Amino acid sequence: MTKILIKLQDITKTYYGAGEPVHALRGISLDVMRGEMLAIMGPSGSGKSTLMNLLGCLDKPDTGRYFFASQNVMKLDRDQLARLRNLLIGFVFQNFNLLGRSTALENVCLPLVYAGVPARHRDQRGRDMLRMVGLAGREHHLPRQLSGGQQQRVAIARALVNRPGLLLADEPTGALDTRTSEEIMGLLQRLHREQGLSVVIVTHEPDIAYHCQRIIRLSDGLLVKEELVSQPRQSIQVG
Amino acid sequence: MDLISSLKMAGQSLLSNKLRSFLTMLGVIIGVGAVIIMVALGQGTSSGITSRLSSMGANLLTVSSAMSAGPIRGAGSSTLTMGDAEAIAELPLVKYVAPEASTNSATISAGSATWSTTIDGTVPELQTIKNWPTIQGSFFSDSDVNSLKRVAVLGQTVVTNLFPKSNPLGQTIRINGLSFTVVGVLEEKGDSAGSDQDDVIYVPITTAQQRLLGSQTVRSINVQAESTEALTPLKEYISTLLRQRHRISDSADEDFQVRDMTEILSTIEDTTKMLSFLLGGIAAVSLLVGGIGIMNIMLVSVTERTREIGIRMAIGATTRAILTQFLIEALLLCFIGGLIGVALGCGGAQLLSVWADLKMQVSPWLIAASMGFAIMIGLFFGYYPARQAANSDPIEALRFE
Repeated sequence: MTKILIKLQDITKTYYGAGEPVHALRGISLDVMRGEMLAIMGPSGSGKSTLMNLLGCLDKPDTGRYFFASQNVMKLDRDQLARLRNLLIGFVFQNFNLLGRSTALENVCLPLVYAGVPARHRDQRGRDMLRMVGLAGREHHLPRQLSGGQQQRVAIARALVNRPGLLLADEPTGALDTRTSEEIMGLLQRLHREQGLSVVIVTHEPDIAYHCQRIIRLSDGLLVKEELVSQPRQSIQVG
Repeated sequence: MDLISSLKMAGQSLLSNKLRSFLTMLGVIIGVGAVIIMVALGQGTSSGITSRLSSMGANLLTVSSAMSAGPIRGAGSSTLTMGDAEAIAELPLVKYVAPEASTNSATISAGSATWSTTIDGTVPELQTIKNWPTIQGSFFSDSDVNSLKRVAVLGQTVVTNLFPKSNPLGQTIRINGLSFTVVGVLEEKGDSAGSDQDDVIYVPITTAQQRLLGSQTVRSINVQAESTEALTPLKEYISTLLRQRHRISDSADEDFQVRDMTEILSTIEDTTKMLSFLLGGIAAVSLLVGGIGIMNIMLVSVTERTREIGIRMAIGATTRAILTQFLIEALLLCFIGGLIGVALGCGGAQLLSVWADLKMQVSPWLIAASMGFAIMIGLFFGYYPARQAANSDPIEALRFE
């Protein structure tokens, strides 16, 4: 098994809207290793959201080469991408993106439903995941009955329930206070360490980025700076 | 994605907005209910006519006086005589002939009980033509007719009213003061298109003419032809014969009419069938409108839930999974709406048949067809919104506020 999980080469992406075409990415090459914790930084409009969408296989690049776990993403169709997202990628969003009418457990089990896991196995897996993120006993709470930090932990449990190789976190602490942010980062670090998970975090907060082993900075659709962090910040462990 | 999970999900999302789901369903409920009531009414009416057709006797022609033809029995004086009936009996293609001479409503009493109905004077052949068996005693005979016997055969309604507890056979009833002996009781025939066929007393026609009517005329003559094909020529024969007997010149109007009752009733039957198609069609249109309502709400729902669709896609829902989810929601709406509609339709049909005395016929076929129709509506009108949901761009959908 190769150490490289994701390989991007000369990726470009242009959006054709009403006005001028927007060159969101103008030739990005990037490798993400297995078990790596990486932060992507950059000002708004730098293309980091676009890169995030491409890494998450929500969209395909216009040109370039893109391999995800040795699969040529450029050649996958819509449903194959969905399958890849389902099994190999976990998403964590700034605003949690939980289904408001479903309980914590139902939210966590949803990827299992789409993976075709039989109902009798789903429940236990979901409960295990919730326990892992420190939410045992909250299975039947609705998202609005949980605090922001708790909601984000439900989202993390949902992202990891299919045991993907990559966790993609888009501003995971953007909606949280400092203390809760520290807790969430601690949880991500623990999962990264214990499960050999690759974690990619998009953030504009240096404090958050320095929890990672490597930081890349984007500007104007190009990768402008890469920094290795010798001593990533450690957060207090919770859960 | 398995069906049970899909159903659960769909049920959950419908329950999360109960009022809206119910209002959406209402279109289907009313549509299905209306289809059931309308078609049940149509089918009930036409089956009533069919049963009347068969209870009238097959291949039947009715000769009546032109003056007395009309809704009022025995109005005016008839020009038909027993001689006419006998002459018709001699015609080819004729199987049976039964003249009838009936009174206006007469008062009948038995002991302290009284009842009032029309008295029908006729001959034994009438029983054969109407294919109407007796359950007690027997119909009077030709010799009873010839000897002007004062005997009577009663229908079930008369029996119930005059002899609620005792056995009528051999008892005496008084008709307009004259005593008659009950020799037979007819089997129950039931209602036919609103008129009670069992409210009848048959007496020998000669007795009726002499004792009750004081007239030798005959109100109508029932003629049974040998076959259905014989009806048309026989009609001509009777017409020619009676014109001769009544000395009516070629240019003058007939003083009698020959009616093919079967034909008349089949015309009514055709009309009723058309009417029931029409009613069913109108009801189907309301179901269609219900379907459009479903499509409308599903489209709104897809827009509202764009973000949810985005989340589901991000975590791995395929196009097909999203399509199935929304389609199942539409189908579930239609299915539940259909079930409620069937229940309301059947209940409504029951109520109408009791309160408004309408003949309603709800067949399992009708229930299955209207459910099927409702489900097809769900599929048809649910597909487009579901397709739209399934084709959303996950990135756009996730960004949707």
